[in-house]
Amino acid sequence: MITKTVENISRALEGIKSGMTLMLGGFGLCGIPENLIKVLANSTYSEFTCISANVGVDDYGLGLLFKEKKVKTMISSYVGENAEFERQMLSNEIEVILTPMGTLAEKCRAAQMGIPAFYTPAGFGTEIAEGKEIRTFQSKKYILEEAYQADFALIKAWKGDHAGNLIFRGTAKNFNSIMTGAAKTTVVEVEKLVPVGMLDPNEIHTPGIFVDRIFQGESFEKRIENLTNSSPQ
Amino acid sequence: MSLNKNGIAKRIAQELQNGFYVNLGIGIPTLVANYVTPELEVEFQSENGVLGMGPFPLAGEEDADLINAGKQTITTLPGASFFDSATSFGMIRGKHVDLTVLGAMEVDQTGAIANWKIPGKLVKGMGGAMDLVASADNIIVAMMHTDRHGNSKLKTKCSLPLTGVDCVKRIVTNLAVIDIIEDGFLLKERAPNVEIHQIVKATEGVLIIPENVKEMELN
Repeated sequence: MITKTVENISRALEGIKSGMTLMLGGFGLCGIPENLIKVLANSTYSEFTCISANVGVDDYGLGLLFKEKKVKTMISSYVGENAEFERQMLSNEIEVILTPMGTLAEKCRAAQMGIPAFYTPAGFGTEIAEGKEIRTFQSKKYILEEAYQADFALIKAWKGDHAGNLIFRGTAKNFNSIMTGAAKTTVVEVEKLVPVGMLDPNEIHTPGIFVDRIFQGESFEKRIENLTNSSPQ
Repeated sequence: MSLNKNGIAKRIAQELQNGFYVNLGIGIPTLVANYVTPELEVEFQSENGVLGMGPFPLAGEEDADLINAGKQTITTLPGASFFDSATSFGMIRGKHVDLTVLGAMEVDQTGAIANWKIPGKLVKGMGGAMDLVASADNIIVAMMHTDRHGNSKLKTKCSLPLTGVDCVKRIVTNLAVIDIIEDGFLLKERAPNVEIHQIVKATEGVLIIPENVKEMELN
C-alpha cells in the first residue's frame, strides 16, 4: 500500500510558492477546502492565480484570500456575493477571467485525464470565443478550449483513507472530484480520515492514485450561503 | 390582464412531459417546479451536480452539503443522484437533459439570447448559462415582455453581449407564448385578457400574427 497521509497541514502545503496557479474545489461555500484556505490566507505567499467556480463571501471561504490580497488572477464562472472581491475587480487590482461553468469543469477534467484540449459549443458566437479556434462538427460550431495547467489542487472530501481514496458527500463533490489529480500536486483535506480497509472499494469516488497528500482537516464550519427553507404545510 | 411571474411559471409547467429531465434557471424558472402536477414523472437537475431535487428543506433540516446552482439549500427525492460538475454539464451538452428553462435580458428574432452582462455595470459572470444555451435542443425563455422602463426585450437584434446564438425556440412572457421561426417571432398564445395590439406594441422584432391566436389556458 502506498501511503498519502501527511501529519499536518503545513506538510500538506509544502512546496507552495507565491505566483503559483491553484485549483480550489467547491461550489459556492459547498465543499470548499476551508482549512487549506485559512492557512494560505495567513501565509506569507501571494500573487496566486486561482481557479475556482466562485469567489466565496467576504469573511469566509475563498473570500479570505481576497481579504488578505493573495490573488493576482481569478479564473471563475460566477463572482457575485463578495464585496471585497468586487472592489478589487473594479479597481483592477486583480485580473478576472470569466469562463462558462461547464467549460471550467471540463478544463479541470481534461487536465486530470491527460487531454490537452477539447471542443465545446459553449460560448460560440459570444465574446468568450474571441481568438479561439472554431471548428464545425456535424454542422454545429464548436470552440477549442485547453486544459488548465495548475501547480496545486486543493480539495475537500468527506471521507478518505491513508491510501488517498476519496468519498464525497452530496453536492460537495462538484469541482472537487474533477480537480483531484488535475494539478502537479493534489492536496486533500477530509472530514474523516480512516485506516485503509475501512472504505468499501465499491464505494470509492476517486481512487488514491490521483491524490498526493491527504490529511484530517482540523475543523469544518461548513457555512451555508443561501439558507432557503420550505414552510411546513 | 398580463401575467405575473407565477403565471408565467404556471404556463411553462404545461411544457413538461412525462419522463423529462429538466434544468430550471434562477428567477422565474425556479417557480416552475411549484406547478408540476404530482402525476407527472419529471426530475429536476441542477448543474452543480444533482438530479432528483425536491423542495427546500424545513427549518432545521438543511444540510450544508446539499445545495442547488443558486446556492440555496435543497432536499432530494427518492431516486436522486449526485455527480461532479463535469458530468453534470456532460448531461447538458450530451442532450440528456430534455428541457432547459432560463431567464433573459434580451432575446432576438434569430434565437440569440443575452442574459449575463450589461456593459458599464458590474459583471458577475455567466455561470452555466452559456453551456446550457449552446447545448440544449429544447430551451424555453421565461421573462417579462418588457424591461422596467417599458423597452421591449424581444429584439430585432440583441444589443447586449450575447450568451448564445441560434438557440432559443420558445419564449413565455407575461403577455404571450412566442416561438422563434425563420422569419421572426411567431405569436402562439396570448395571456388571458391581453389584446394582440398590446403584444405588438411590446415587441420590437418582427412579430408574425396568425389568424387565430388562442388564449393561454391556465385553469
